[in-house]
Parts: sequence; structure tokens; C-alpha cells
Amino acid sequence: MGTVAFGASALDVQTGLWRSMRPVIDTEKCVSCLRCWIQCPDDSIELDAEGKVRGIKLFFCKGCGLCEKLCPTKAISMLSESSFADAQQPSGEHPGEVGAHVR
Amino acid sequence: MSDKKKVMTSGNLAFAEAMRQINPDVVAAYPITPSTEIPMRFADFVANGKVDSEYVAVESEHSAISACVGASVSGGRVMTASSANGVALMHEIFPIAAAFRAPIIFGLVNRSLGAPVNIHCDHSDSMPERDSGWIQIYCEDAQEVYDSVLLATRLAEDPRVLTPVFVCQDGFITSHCYEPVELLDDESVKKFVGERKAAYPLLDTDNPVSYGSFTMSEYYFEIKRSQMEGMNNVLPVYRELAEELGKETGRSYAPIEGYRAEDADYLIVIMSSATGVVKDVVDELREEGVKAGVLRVRFFRPFPREELLSLAGGKKGLAVLDRSASIGGTAPLAAEVKSALYDLADRPRVQEYIFGLGGRDFYAQDARAVFERMMNEDYRAQARFIGLLERGDENERA
Amino acid sequence: MSALNIKELTKKQNPLTQGHRMCPGCGAPTAVRQALMGVDYPVVVVSATGCMEVSTTVYPYSAWRMPFMHIAFENAGAGISGVEAAYKVLRKKGKTDKEIKFIAFGGDGGTYDIGLQSLSGALERGHDFTYICYNNQGYMNTGAQRSGATPRNANATTSPAGSAVPGKLQRAKDLTEIVAAHDIPYVAQTSLHNPMDLITKVKRAVETPGPAFVNILVPCPLFWKIEPASQMEICQLAVDSKFWPVYEVADGKYSLSYEPKKTRSIEEFLRAQGRYSHLFKKGAERLDLIEQAQRDADESWAKLLRKCGK
Repeated sequence: MGTVAFGASALDVQTGLWRSMRPVIDTEKCVSCLRCWIQCPDDSIELDAEGKVRGIKLFFCKGCGLCEKLCPTKAISMLSESSFADAQQPSGEHPGEVGAHVR
Repeated sequence: MSDKKKVMTSGNLAFAEAMRQINPDVVAAYPITPSTEIPMRFADFVANGKVDSEYVAVESEHSAISACVGASVSGGRVMTASSANGVALMHEIFPIAAAFRAPIIFGLVNRSLGAPVNIHCDHSDSMPERDSGWIQIYCEDAQEVYDSVLLATRLAEDPRVLTPVFVCQDGFITSHCYEPVELLDDESVKKFVGERKAAYPLLDTDNPVSYGSFTMSEYYFEIKRSQMEGMNNVLPVYRELAEELGKETGRSYAPIEGYRAEDADYLIVIMSSATGVVKDVVDELREEGVKAGVLRVRFFRPFPREELLSLAGGKKGLAVLDRSASIGGTAPLAAEVKSALYDLADRPRVQEYIFGLGGRDFYAQDARAVFERMMNEDYRAQARFIGLLERGDENERA
Repeated sequence: MSALNIKELTKKQNPLTQGHRMCPGCGAPTAVRQALMGVDYPVVVVSATGCMEVSTTVYPYSAWRMPFMHIAFENAGAGISGVEAAYKVLRKKGKTDKEIKFIAFGGDGGTYDIGLQSLSGALERGHDFTYICYNNQGYMNTGAQRSGATPRNANATTSPAGSAVPGKLQRAKDLTEIVAAHDIPYVAQTSLHNPMDLITKVKRAVETPGPAFVNILVPCPLFWKIEPASQMEICQLAVDSKFWPVYEVADGKYSLSYEPKKTRSIEEFLRAQGRYSHLFKKGAERLDLIEQAQRDADESWAKLLRKCGK
């Protein structure tokens, strides 16, 4: 309360650290129907400039698996996060500078 | 110089007249005795095109103050009024308004808090809000109400302060009694209050901000501290503003008003409308050679501690008269006064009184009896009651 | 109103950014995202207290790309009234020249229960705003307590299914009808089964002058005890079983937006969720309650059809 937080500042928050299952897209199978994109609670389906599905925004994706379930061509698979070499390590959060926000 | 006009009016109507002259952006209010006349009169101004304001006739006091917060955060200049249980219903939102630094001007017409239901004056509605982070100004008469609305508008919106203000007046006694009040002309008021310049208005869609965040232990404390800083700036800013307005009106009000206090031996400390009768008794006692005086506490939040010390230090006795009780504890004014005096080496003795609950009358002989007890060094650990009608009351009237 | 097309929507900036802390698979951020997706005006959002509000504004971060205000639990209707009133004056005074739209969000707790009075007041006064209830049928922010929106038989933490009491005993109140009784220009009900229905309804609500209301059924995976991935599937079941009719009331005229081609049973809807598992316990099945739930749904559906002139 009593604070002014700046709009869209949550883009600094790496909710991808919550993930235990990682969605992987098979671009061969994907037809960019955008069902996953429009339904993703975390807006983590990455599109290119033409609106085609390009990948997953792993910085944010929480791994709910909704995209896998919705995919009509079975182009998305949920794989265990630990099976990836780049598995993200929890690093804790970095709160912003208090002085910039309190008024 | 302003083209002044003297009219017969009441505290409520003087408040409403100041509102008309200030022409706030939004007024959201809900009727409750004895403050109802303020929104009634203002709705009339709106209906007749005398102001540009939006009047939001909400469905409860809780919604009144919530709409005020929304309008204030949007960048508008916002006013409302309420009393008693209406104030209590708003309680949840007061600290939020203060923490949002929403400079709302609030006409608080003091009325006793039910139960039992009673429409008359005491301070049991405003005192529970003393820790809500709002400024509290208590007025003695309708003239002071009028002047205080103008001052409060500037004070609340000052970037060094940015804190909402309660302008309190005694229900019926001040709110409904007619007395001569000198008004400034519209142009002078407009010039004095100027326009509000909001820091982070919600309506600025190009620079979006979020109000009302969820804030855990990492930041909450700092945000509260920043509010305290705003409150600490109130009295210095107020002095500047009071001097500026005083040049127009010829009137000025100190945070604590001393009446024949400087050379007094005995002081009554009191607030609001009951001060007048004490001043009369002081005049009588002075005729009789008794060095009596009065301190009227005008600002209760922030509490003018330094002013109190300089006015009360070295006196033979002090009597603090509270118009509300803290059941099971020390009444609010007495608690503040005694706490402030603690650091004084020559602190006077203090007697506590509770008076006027639910509009119980307070007479000259009551004030005289208080001075006499100080002169007789009749101090008690317990607070005494003035005007209580129960048998065995040790303060019965002669 | 121009027709909506998903390709066009991808060109717009997401109104709610990533980095919010809603649970994986939660229906509420999907609802908020879709609701705001089709709106082509600058928007100011006011929110009641709730999961959405807390999880999107963890200080000093905010996931809102537009101005956002949360005051308290019960007063989103009053708060937005004040914002809209200030806007009207400031626009009149020339302090803003934008055409801004005002949208309030509340969960079912903040809308059906504690915020109903302030919502009703704001609707009656005719402020130009849209109120969106993201309805997950209970108090999720405090841990799955029952609300006025919780359906009969649901196992909630303040209406637990025990050996003596089979979960919530009362029907949910029909808030959409309560709102429609205010005779406001636009009222609608939808769910997460069809993004275009949701997007179109909110767009219409926002573009309608005066107050508008949209009630969106969204699942809470934790309370409903469903897989996080099944938000869309369960919503489809809710509308296909006629548990949650999809309709709108525009200028007092009722119309169904969706009629299932093949109606599924309420039993199927209940069975899909852990919050009703006590009704299906082996050897202690509560067929009576399941039948009653079917009757409840049939009754509501028949009433709605009459209103739609069918």
C-alpha cells in the first residue's frame, strides 16, 4: 500500500524458476493455430513478427502444461526440467531500489 | 486585497461555501447527522451550475471514502464530509487514503459514536482515527472552519506533505449555530488554493503506475516511515500557509492557541467549541487576581509537541479536558499532553477530566471548579468527570 | 464493432505482462489477458482484493501495463466510480483529452459477497465502466473457502465435506441475474471455453456507454482439484453440461451465445473435479445429491430459455 509501482515492471520477475516440467515445441508439427498462445496464463508462447509460434519464453513459463494439452497437432511435449543441461537454478529475487518507488 | 463579505452562517454552511469557492473536482458523500448539510448544500451548488464538480451520491460512507480515494488518486481535488458511525464505517479506508498520499479534504462534524445512538457532539468519532495517518484540525467556531478548509486544501496537496486532512468541528454547536463569518471573495480563494498538481495521476495512461500493491516486510516499514516524514512537515508548511492567508484575512491560527497563557499559573487544555466558555471564566478569574489561562489544541495530528512545551512549561498546574474517553486507558488529549510534558524538568502537575460526552453541556461554573481545584492542589490519579449526573459524583455542580 | 481475428490480436502488446505470481494453470490471468486483448482504448483498471490483485502487484513490481488501482476488498465498484467521476471533470476542464475506458476486476468473493453493495451502487448510478468478475467460485486467496458463488455440494474449507455434512448445502446465488435486474445496458456470462466469446463480450461491454458487467467462470486448479493443464477442458465441460450457461443481456434482451450440440451430464462435470469427490466415494455414492445438482442445472437452464424467448 501507499506505493506507486511502475507499470509492466513485473517483466523483471523470473517466474520460470517455478517450473519442473518444460514445454518443448516441435516446429515441424506446429501449425501456429495460436490456441496455446491465446490461452497461456503466463503469455509465454513466443511469436515472431508474422505471428507464428517460435518457441517458449522460458524466463516466464511456469510449466503448467496447458499448451501441451491444447495442441491439436501434438507439437508440444512436457519434459522434466532436470533433463536439460541448462536447467535453471533458483537464484532468489532481486527487489528493486526502495527509494525509487516510495514517495 | 480581497473583497470580503460578512454573513450570518453556520459551521456546515461555511464549510460548504468554502467548497463552492474551491470548486473541487469530485465530492462523494453519504448523508449522516450532523454533517448532512455539507453534501446537501454542495449538491445544490452542483444542481444550479455554481461549480464544475462531479457529485457522486454513493450508497454508503464506505463507498464515499472509496470513491474519494479513486478520484484523488486520479489527480482530482476531492472533498467529503461525515460524522460518527459514518466515520467509523470509513475507518478501513482512512489509512489507505493516507498511504496513497491522497490529499482528500474531509469535513468531520464531531458526533458521539453509538451505542447508544446520540446525535450530539463529542470527539469519540474522530479520536479513533488519530492513528490513521491523517492530519486532524479541530475548529472552535464557524469562521475557523471556513478559514481551515482553505488552509487544509493547500496543506494536504503540498508536495512536502501530501496527506489527507480532517477539518473537525463540533456537531450542532458549531455545525448548526449561526454566527457572523467573514468570507473572502471567490477570486481570492481561487488564487489562494490554486490548482492541484498530482504527482502520479492514475489517469496518465502514457505513464502507467499501480496503486495499492501487495507489499511484504522488505518495503512496508519504509513506506510507513515516508508517511511520517510527510506528517513531520505539516507544521512548518502550515505556518507558511497560515501567514499567507492571514495577510488576506487578518486572522491567524496557531497549532496551539494560547489565551492569556503566557503569564498564567494555571492552564486548562481543551479543544474545539468548548474553549469559549473557558476563556470567559479566565477573564473573570483574572479580574479576581488569579493568573488563569487556556490552551486550545487546534492540531491534534500532528500533535504540536514543541508548542505545547513552550506554552505549558513552568506552570503551577494543568487541567486537560477531553471530550472523549479511552475506556480502560488515558483519554487521547491527556495522553498526548502528559507524554509531551514528560521530558520537561519543571513539568507541571496535570489533572485529567472527561466532559461533554454525547453532547452533555459544559458550563462556566464547571470551568471555574476546575481552576479552583488546581489552585487548591486537589489532584487525583484518576480522571474526573464533569457534569455527570450519577449519585456520588465528586464533581457535582454547586 | 469490428470483427475480431486472432492474427490481429497477436500484433497488440499484452495488457498483462509476464512475471505475475498467479499459480501455474490458473484461469484468472487467462481471463484478464483475454478480456483486455480486444479493447482498443487506453484503459484504467481498478481491482478488488484477491489472488489476481495480490499476485500481479507484488511490490515493487507490477504486471499491469495500464494504470491500476486496488483499494480494498469490498469497494472496486466505489473506487472506479470515483476514478470515472474524476475523469469526467478533468476531461471537461481540458486536463485530459483521451478517451479512456474503465474496467474493474473482482473475484467472486469481492463481487458476489463483500463487494456486492458497492457494485450495485455503481451500477445504479450509471457510471461508464465495465465490471468483470473472474469467478472461481470461492475465496482462493485465503485458501478455498466457500463464497456466495460456490455451488451446492462443493467441498470448500469453510463448507467441508464431512461425515455429517456433504460440503456446501446452498446453491450459488445468481449474480448475473442480480446485475441484470439493475437494467444496465450490457450483461454477459462466459467462461474460458472459447477465447473469442470472452474477448468479444468484454469488447462489447467496454464499448457500450454506461455500466456493463461480465461474469467469467474460471477454474482454480487448487480448489477445483483439477490438473493445472485442464482449465479450458473443464470450462468446456461446464458449458456443455449447462452448469454454466453462456449468454448475454443487451438492453434487456436475453440471448444464448452457446448451445451445446450434445449436452453432457452434470455428473460428468462433477466427477471431473476433486472438490466433488466425496459424492463419488465407492460404496457411499451420493446419487441423491448428484441428481439434485442435475435438477438445479435443468431448472436454471429452463428459466434462462424462457428469458431468451425459447
